[in-house]
Amino acid sequence: MTTLNAGAAPAPVYERSAGFWSGVLKKLARDPVAIGAAAVLLALVLIALFAPLITPHDPYQTSLLKRLRPIGFENFLLGTDELGRDLLSRLMLGARLSLFMGIVPVLIAFVLGSAIGILAGYAGGLANTLIMRTIDVLYAFPSVLLAIALSGALGAGIGNALLSLTIVFIPPIARVAESVTTQVRGRDFVEAARASGAGAFTIVRVHVLGNVLGPIFVYATSLIAVSMILASGLSFLGLGVRPPEPEWGLMLNTLRTAIYTQPWVAALPGVMIFITSISFNLLSDSLRSAMDVKN
Amino acid sequence: MSIGMSVEHIGADIHGDRGGPAQPLLSVRGLVKHFDLKKGFLETLTGGGKVVRAVDGVDFEVLKGETLGVVGESGCGKSTTARLLMHLIDPSAGEIVFDGETVGSAALPLREYRRQVQMVFQDSYSSLNPRLTIQDSIAFGPQVHGVPRREAITRARDLLARVGLEPRRFAERWPHELSGGQRQRVNIARALASEPRLVILDEAVSALDKSVEAQVLNLLMDLKDEFGLTYLFISHDLHVVRYISDRVMVMYLGKVAETGPAEALFDDPLHPYTRALLSSMPSMDPDRRTEEAPLAGDPPNPIDPPPGCRFHTRCPFAEPVCAERVPALEERAGRQAACLIHEADAGHSRNPTAIYAA
Amino acid sequence: MNDTSPLIDVRDLRVVFTGGKKPVEAVNGVDLTVARGESVALIGESGSGKSVTLRSLLRLHPERRTRISGGIRIAGHDVLALGSRPLADYRGKVASMIFQEPLLALDPVYTVGAQIVESIRRHEAVSREEARKRALELFERVRIPSPARRLDAYPHEMSGGMRQRAMIALALACRPQVLLADEPTTALDATVQIQILLLLRELQRELGLAILFVTHDMGAAVEVADRFAVMYGGRIVEEGPTREVIRNPRHPYTLALMQARADGAMTKGARLASIPGSPPDLANLPAGCAFAERCAYAREACLATRPEAVDLGTGHRARCLRTDATAHALQHTEAQPA
Repeated sequence: MTTLNAGAAPAPVYERSAGFWSGVLKKLARDPVAIGAAAVLLALVLIALFAPLITPHDPYQTSLLKRLRPIGFENFLLGTDELGRDLLSRLMLGARLSLFMGIVPVLIAFVLGSAIGILAGYAGGLANTLIMRTIDVLYAFPSVLLAIALSGALGAGIGNALLSLTIVFIPPIARVAESVTTQVRGRDFVEAARASGAGAFTIVRVHVLGNVLGPIFVYATSLIAVSMILASGLSFLGLGVRPPEPEWGLMLNTLRTAIYTQPWVAALPGVMIFITSISFNLLSDSLRSAMDVKN
Repeated sequence: MSIGMSVEHIGADIHGDRGGPAQPLLSVRGLVKHFDLKKGFLETLTGGGKVVRAVDGVDFEVLKGETLGVVGESGCGKSTTARLLMHLIDPSAGEIVFDGETVGSAALPLREYRRQVQMVFQDSYSSLNPRLTIQDSIAFGPQVHGVPRREAITRARDLLARVGLEPRRFAERWPHELSGGQRQRVNIARALASEPRLVILDEAVSALDKSVEAQVLNLLMDLKDEFGLTYLFISHDLHVVRYISDRVMVMYLGKVAETGPAEALFDDPLHPYTRALLSSMPSMDPDRRTEEAPLAGDPPNPIDPPPGCRFHTRCPFAEPVCAERVPALEERAGRQAACLIHEADAGHSRNPTAIYAA
Repeated sequence: MNDTSPLIDVRDLRVVFTGGKKPVEAVNGVDLTVARGESVALIGESGSGKSVTLRSLLRLHPERRTRISGGIRIAGHDVLALGSRPLADYRGKVASMIFQEPLLALDPVYTVGAQIVESIRRHEAVSREEARKRALELFERVRIPSPARRLDAYPHEMSGGMRQRAMIALALACRPQVLLADEPTTALDATVQIQILLLLRELQRELGLAILFVTHDMGAAVEVADRFAVMYGGRIVEEGPTREVIRNPRHPYTLALMQARADGAMTKGARLASIPGSPPDLANLPAGCAFAERCAYAREACLATRPEAVDLGTGHRARCLRTDATAHALQHTEAQPA
């Protein structure tokens, strides 16, 4: 009857395809843009980590005599700011707070927003409507305004800025999570899983999470750049980081008066924000295409 | 450790054939599913709004060990019926009885019913989780029902071999690495993994190329014999349905038009719709091409089905009475047709009441 | 352009897709002619190259990732040599195409009438009223009931069969000589499919159209086609008059396709004659006949060379070394080949 004969067959050696994530990594490793962006980000993180050890000058040391010196002045490689502090040192140390404010709110919002969105998407129907309409109320405000309003209400300070940024990012992430979950839920393999008698929790764990976390993660990566810019904006308005702590947005703010006298120096914090955000954007783009199974 | 053995074992105690071979495996009575169309704000307030009458009062039985073919055009409700049978959607009304027990009752909880009834979908790609290996997809069902993972994986590999996919080559592959035919074999293995008695095949071979379709049809026939399965085979392809089915049910706009043994139904259709459907099939004979389309126009929309007999708007034999009276599904000699021509004293001029009166 | 030369004349067409890791040889030397008023069915399974061939005739493939060689002459136009302006004029005016899924081919935000008017006015200097009058005639031509009202309908408001008729009307808007049809009835219900097949046959006869009809469904092809061309692995493996190919298929692949059908002729419960294995990998075609490894008649020689076409008379040709063995094979299916 059956031809299966386990005894006679040699020990089976299974042909194993590469796992999904190792495949993604392989594709990323072949993508020069991804490598470049990742290298820039890695460098920034290393600088931020070791900033106190490697800054050429004391980033807090003011000097009224050497204010607003140009790039390459004496041993100040990137000039000095309006209080005569070494700009290079401040940019290096500023990477800490700026990266922190970029990554941490998005990370928290990723966890909370995904949970909300997946719940709404999988539940569907009335629960979905209730959750998503509530989220939409927050979503209706432009993110800049919402961040400012929340920070303003909570009061200045890093903690409050962090909290308000997190709240700002939950609605968009929840929306993306809800839409990909709704999409996945309609696929036949979820129906098949339901038909096999599995409960909702099992289906979400085995069949939904693996298919939705990737796209949500890609979207969240692209928000890191936004978060950095918003955090800079808050600092700029005096709602986030307070002087004399170095943070790129705050530095951009205080240097703006020098835009006519030392335009290159004044632009440098902005350049850093730009480089970081574009690196995150490029990396998330590459991640998106690497995660496309069909490529 | 062979699958053949495990099936015999299950046949002995778990499957426990309650009613004996004469009792239908599945009886469906008065099954109805109406979908609400997306309502506007006003309609939500007034409670109005239109409904799609996808399935509108369907009765049928699936006998033990048979293959019941279900044919019909888009909008006839055949796929909705499949989803209702799987309890993927809740019926608006009606009852499903599985081997004598009402589905969802204390004697047959939904979870246990779902182990005994499985489904294979049309889209072989969409029905496999792209993030699970083939063997994990197959092993998922048994694990849900408490089979330990190691054992479930072993069973998955055995089943892979059984559907003609060398486990060593395919067990740890991803769905996108397989061809359409291979994926559909995996889907069949997945359906069989929880050792069902009834398998619903919803256009399961329709997306496959002809040469591959033949392979899969042969496989389905073999598996049916080996595992003692009962099939509900849904398809729009009459040739395939005729080939594989013992009995055939023809649906039109949410209702059953005709049921009967496959040969009788195809050789001598009772319902004018069945006849039109059969003569719409391309002839495969270059010297006897179709000269006139048997029916004009498209099937009407199930949102607003015609009154009376639903087919009267396209029926060549329609008479005024057909627009008023809903034909009943009458049984005669193992065949059923819902047509006033065949319904005693229905008032249709072609009605050979005299013959049936005897 | 004289009337005896074929309207479609394809010579040694080769299409290679270079976008992926390995170049994919989708079409490997297709020769095909279609005369005025003739309808030819291009039959094959997925990956046989039938749709790729058809799309090449309108140059619909992305130029940068596709290498096309060979010759395509349609109604006197050297299609592969056309510049971008003449190409745009050629599409729709000389040859136009209908697709499997009209809902994707029609623009959802315009009424079908507006799309036909737009298409006519793009190619010809006629007034809006004149174009609309022609659109109305076209709707009558393709037998759309209450045509004036339907002209103002949006694609999603029509049923599947009506949409397919509307797309045919759109394709005929500029009075093309060649109609290319890509699985036009595959997505339709049986009772609607036969109506569309009959319509195509009628249009071919009355407008003198040359129709190239791509399908995987032999039954549908028999209803419309004068000639059959069966594709496998990017080549036409057999071609000839419909009657000849259906009654007396000489390529083992065509033969196997006929035998694999679950048609009424089969005895119930008997196993279907299936073709073992799966279609060839177009990125890695074998040196010999692409069908050899699935073929019941294959010999050593089949693996070595790609067979040339063998003339079997009355325009019937098969690319096979074993046409001697396949003669009358369909009549004696019981006798299994050695």
